[in-house]
Amino acid sequence: MKLRSILAAASLAAMATGAQAEGVKVGMITTLSGGGAGLGVDVRDGFMLAVAQSGRDDIEVVIEDDQRKPDVAVQLADKMIQSEKVDVLTGIIWSNLAMAVVPGAVAQGVFYLSPNAGPSPLAGAGCHENYFNVAWQNDNLHEAAGAYANTAGYSNIFILAPNYPAGTDALNGFKRMYEGELSGETYTKLGQTDYAAEIAQIRASGADSVFFFLPGGMGISFLKQYADSGVDLPIIGPAFSFDQGILQAVGAAALGVKNTSQWSKDLDNEANVAFVESFQAEYGRLPSLYASQGFDTANLMISAVEAADVNDKDAFRAALEAADFASTRGDFAFSTNHHPVQDYYVREVIQEGDVFTNKIVGTALTDHADAYVSECAM
Amino acid sequence: MSLILFIEQALNGLQYGVMLFLMAAGLTLVFGVMGLINLAHGSLYMIGAFAAAAVAGATGSFLLALVASLVCAAFAGVLVEFFVIRRLYDRDHLDQVLATFALILIFSEGTRWIFGSFPLFLDKPDWLSGTVMLPFGIEYSLYRLWIILVGLLVAAGLFWMIGRTRIGIRIRAGENDREMIAALGVNISLLYTFVFALGAALAGLAGALIGAIQSVQVGMGEPVLILAFVVIVIGGIGSIKGALVGAILVGLTDTLGRSFLPSFFGLFLEPSSAMSIGASLSSMSIYLLMIGVLLFRPKGLFGGI
Repeated sequence: MKLRSILAAASLAAMATGAQAEGVKVGMITTLSGGGAGLGVDVRDGFMLAVAQSGRDDIEVVIEDDQRKPDVAVQLADKMIQSEKVDVLTGIIWSNLAMAVVPGAVAQGVFYLSPNAGPSPLAGAGCHENYFNVAWQNDNLHEAAGAYANTAGYSNIFILAPNYPAGTDALNGFKRMYEGELSGETYTKLGQTDYAAEIAQIRASGADSVFFFLPGGMGISFLKQYADSGVDLPIIGPAFSFDQGILQAVGAAALGVKNTSQWSKDLDNEANVAFVESFQAEYGRLPSLYASQGFDTANLMISAVEAADVNDKDAFRAALEAADFASTRGDFAFSTNHHPVQDYYVREVIQEGDVFTNKIVGTALTDHADAYVSECAM
Repeated sequence: MSLILFIEQALNGLQYGVMLFLMAAGLTLVFGVMGLINLAHGSLYMIGAFAAAAVAGATGSFLLALVASLVCAAFAGVLVEFFVIRRLYDRDHLDQVLATFALILIFSEGTRWIFGSFPLFLDKPDWLSGTVMLPFGIEYSLYRLWIILVGLLVAAGLFWMIGRTRIGIRIRAGENDREMIAALGVNISLLYTFVFALGAALAGLAGALIGAIQSVQVGMGEPVLILAFVVIVIGGIGSIKGALVGAILVGLTDTLGRSFLPSFFGLFLEPSSAMSIGASLSSMSIYLLMIGVLLFRPKGLFGGI
């Protein structure tokens, strides 16, 4: 009994000192160098914009570059949790890095708010009470593309994606919603830059449309080569290959392409209008999908900081679950596995002046959660 | 599998091979003549592409952009040779690998610092856009045909230079015995700088040509660099002819493997496993080719001596 009261006193004291170091300390691990840096830079800029706009001086953000390497990300997470003593971790872009960092981090009692990656294990059997995904589950945008393919009346589609876990997730997500026939299904090499062979296959396959998931430079290469090939079947894809940072490099080759996204710069709600305007004023460029996710992640966290003390884990968690913030996407809620329930839109690539961008042309899925909710025992 | 599809894929493979040749030619010259392993060759490719994108963006002229890619990459090559590589000729291969790897990091972050983190725009000119109708009803991209043509012209020029000109004689002599030709009064360090700049310019040209149909971004050179090493190992180190044959072999194997292996396995396996086995095997195909060549010709196809 005596021992127990001493322990209780000690832990109360610990909590007291924790509370004295008031405010919240955030560790951001994201990709700021190398080929994938554009995404990390956007998430960081969106996040920091929200922190600055909140006007709070009790939020401290430590930013580190993971160089897109899982081992580096794990080291940074250990450093941030153990020596920097952060309360909240965020920032990781890539699913393989998230899988390396998140399970260990949340097990140590830190909150993790994902601004981008949403690998299926973390939504299903591996879900955790301290893990929140503020972007999407990896399959979501592809599911939306599948649903859109049905409404667009495509019945014989050619689908391709790189041969790695997110690529198989993408094609499975697409097929989960799509009801027509497949004229072909191809896995390409990860990092492949020449798609002449695949385009020739598409031409020979007799397809009526094409769905592809090729993130980053792969998508740029594919679109430029596709536009030059003389094949003029309609293309659909997830927003990743048609985002603000990428479209300028693709140019006119992407005009008119339909892509699916949970966000677009022309979404007409108060939070989004203000976000787009202030982001442009602050950084001199249009915000991307990733910037909006970084912005929303920060605002979710700020809403929880305002409602609860971060040292009271249960209260802070409940405040996060409430998702009581003005999302740039409009309606936003968490499903029981802490992944978003939200609408997915169909966007079309257009040209405004000499800038290529997107406008919303329809809704693909409404209040959509993900396919793994039932596997999550939380 | 129709014949038309096969011919189209063969053309694609040829175009891919010719592009690899532009990379591999410089690499094999530098390795053969100077005994230097240059991992930063991929960075020179990237420099060519970025220079072309910047100039095309500023002037709108694709030909000027190509000239800029040649000049900038050659200039970067001269600088690198003069300040870094020159100190490495007598050192171990491991030191060379370490130093040129450092150059990759410096060039990548330097480029990101100047041009930012987002991919750049570079497009082919209007007069090379669209497709042409080849005999037998094959519709083929004009730009890819043009790349094949440019690549073959460069190859012919290199053969002429190495085989028929005085500088080519010196390069070949330097490959065999560098002390002897230095003793005969040839300025060997100038020759080395020239060879390095030539290799760099070819890599830069490849970067600009390919940048127009791919994405101009930081780190674009490294995947091509690996393939270029495969090419020179298959072709025989130091041999331009080997680089050309090796490049076209690799290009054809990769393209044809990618397009036909999955359907080949589909003949006797169920579709989903045929797809995954075919895709995995086709990514291995060029390395299998390399193993096959090395088993029978340990020095590569044309790696005589």
